[in-house]
Amino acid sequence: MTQPILEVEKLNIRFHSASGTNHVVRDVSFTLGREKLAIVGESGSGKSQTARAILGLTPGQVSAQKLAFDGQSLLGLSNAEWRKIRGRRITMVMQDPKYSLNPVMRIGDQLLEAAARKGSRAALKTRALEMLQAVKIRDPERVFRAFPHELSGGMGQRVMIAMMLVTEPELLIADEPTSALDVTVRLQVLAILDDLVKTRDMGLIFISHDLNLVSTFCDRVLVMYAGQILEELDAKHLQDAKHPYTRGLLACTPNLENPVAVLPTLQRDPSWMAPVDR
Amino acid sequence: MNDNMPMVEVKNLDVTFDTGRHRVRALAGVSFAIAPGESFGLVGESGSGKTTVLRVLAGLIRQWNGGITVAGKPLTPDRDKDAKRAIQMVFQDPYGSLHPKHTVDRILAEPLQIHGIGDIENRMKDTLEQVQLGAAFRFRYPHQLSGGQRQRVAIARALILRPKLLLLDEPTSALDVSIQAEVLNLLAKLRHELDLTYILVSHDLAVVAQLCHRLAIMRTGEIVETADSEKLAKGELTHPYSRQLLTASKGFDRAAIAAFTDL
Ligand SMILES: Nc1ncnc2c1ncn2[C@@H]1O[C@H](COP(=O)(O)OP(=O)(O)OP(=O)(O)O)[C@@H](O)[C@H]1O
Ligand SMILES: Nc1ncnc2c1ncn2[C@@H]1O[C@H](COP(=O)(O)OP(=O)(O)OP(=O)(O)O)[C@@H](O)[C@H]1O
Ligand SMILES: [Mg+2]
Ligand SMILES: [Mg+2]
Repeated sequence: MTQPILEVEKLNIRFHSASGTNHVVRDVSFTLGREKLAIVGESGSGKSQTARAILGLTPGQVSAQKLAFDGQSLLGLSNAEWRKIRGRRITMVMQDPKYSLNPVMRIGDQLLEAAARKGSRAALKTRALEMLQAVKIRDPERVFRAFPHELSGGMGQRVMIAMMLVTEPELLIADEPTSALDVTVRLQVLAILDDLVKTRDMGLIFISHDLNLVSTFCDRVLVMYAGQILEELDAKHLQDAKHPYTRGLLACTPNLENPVAVLPTLQRDPSWMAPVDR
Repeated sequence: MNDNMPMVEVKNLDVTFDTGRHRVRALAGVSFAIAPGESFGLVGESGSGKTTVLRVLAGLIRQWNGGITVAGKPLTPDRDKDAKRAIQMVFQDPYGSLHPKHTVDRILAEPLQIHGIGDIENRMKDTLEQVQLGAAFRFRYPHQLSGGQRQRVAIARALILRPKLLLLDEPTSALDVSIQAEVLNLLAKLRHELDLTYILVSHDLAVVAQLCHRLAIMRTGEIVETADSEKLAKGELTHPYSRQLLTASKGFDRAAIAAFTDL
């Protein structure tokens, strides 16, 4: 096997406060190749914190036996070293597009800033407009000159993805990147990511609540619960998951063809938590 | 109010945004009617004007053309307090819509104060009960709540004014499937108990089938099709764009995506 893009071994994240320590990511280990890896799990299970830790962006206390990108350790990088990686070799699309966009800066200027390295302004603008078109924005010229508040929820989310595309990363971490998109545009945007994985050997971590989407789009799935990885599955076998937690999540999902009067909700079981060695 | 009178009737609604640099025709002649107690879904393309429809009804957009009646009364851009109170909205963005520095208590008291309603203590207690949040939550801040709890606070803020019409803009798209199920069950129960009428915007056709009786499908500022949820569940929508949405709902499929056209 070739060198994995990302290696994570026994990642732990803790938040300390006056009322005690909150251990939100517990002994998480996985590797990522040139593939599409999904992380699913209920709200608060640690998906975003795991993702942020990879980029050195969690406010919590991080410890790990190994956290390596393309063979290089990410633990204890200097700010200068991070600048070469973050937003260039590893890019993240954050969960809240409206918060990640600067409200007083035109979309176009933000796109140009993200691409700020190669080529003339005119060439970069052409490229930025192409990216807006690629994510199916109907009127790229208008959006290029618009401010974030003039965009619909899904348009803001697509701008975030366009911004990622202009940086051409080797590893993309996408945190609920398509939750605000209509289903057609969603699949078209995912097809772009699929191409990047297949033709440019990008690695993709895809965080989502949409189990059906994940099972059809990704290669592998990590299922998180209370900061731990409960099970790892082949994406196409997600529907046959054995663990009661994963089964519970599948059962909560409304089904288009068979709506039920009252949806089942998750019944949690403390025994799902594995002991963590310190 | 007689039985045949729609709760909401929208005729030829037209909205154009003029930012000085651009004119965007967000709605181009949208019409629909919703019966009292009905739950009506709005789905469609991102940027097609779904949120704009809700914002007009909620009185947040004052420049529009067309005719709107609510419970038989024409809705004018300058509506009175009672008309405003009767229509409440739960916003698309669950993180941004609650003031981060206000407690749940203050978030819920504010609409009552704005509308000069005195009975704050009792209303607060009743409403928190309705959305199944214990009294202990009253003094928490939004960041101390889970996503589902935050969304319940947003719903409580809308309910506390005892509206007739509730506008729900993607109320569950940021929630995990378990919390989504809780919120959907809660909304179904509340509609029944409080005799509410809903307009629900969602990209998730299964969520619409779960909560709504009927739905409209929008594209570029227009409604392309209106149908019963039964038709939706059976996959019997007819407009080509609606059919494309049905296909896309089945999951990621390169062959299907390659066949999508800009209808
Ligand atoms: N700044 C912080 N201080 C203290 N605790 C935090 C902080 N940020 C996150 N947490 C906690 O860390 C845990 C994991 O959060 P995380 O954001 O990773 O969840 P998630 O799986 O991404 O959930 P969601 O699906 O809702 O986005 C949660 O219990 C959360 O409350
Ligand atoms: N304040 C504004 N100024 C200028 N244009 C606006 C404004 N608000 C909305 N628009 C434009 O109106 C159109 C419709 O937007 P709207 O928010 O209603 O879409 P939507 O159907 O809710 O989309 P989404 O599913 O992405 O949330 C979009 O083209 C948007 O850019
Ligand atoms: Mg998250
Ligand atoms: Mg919207």
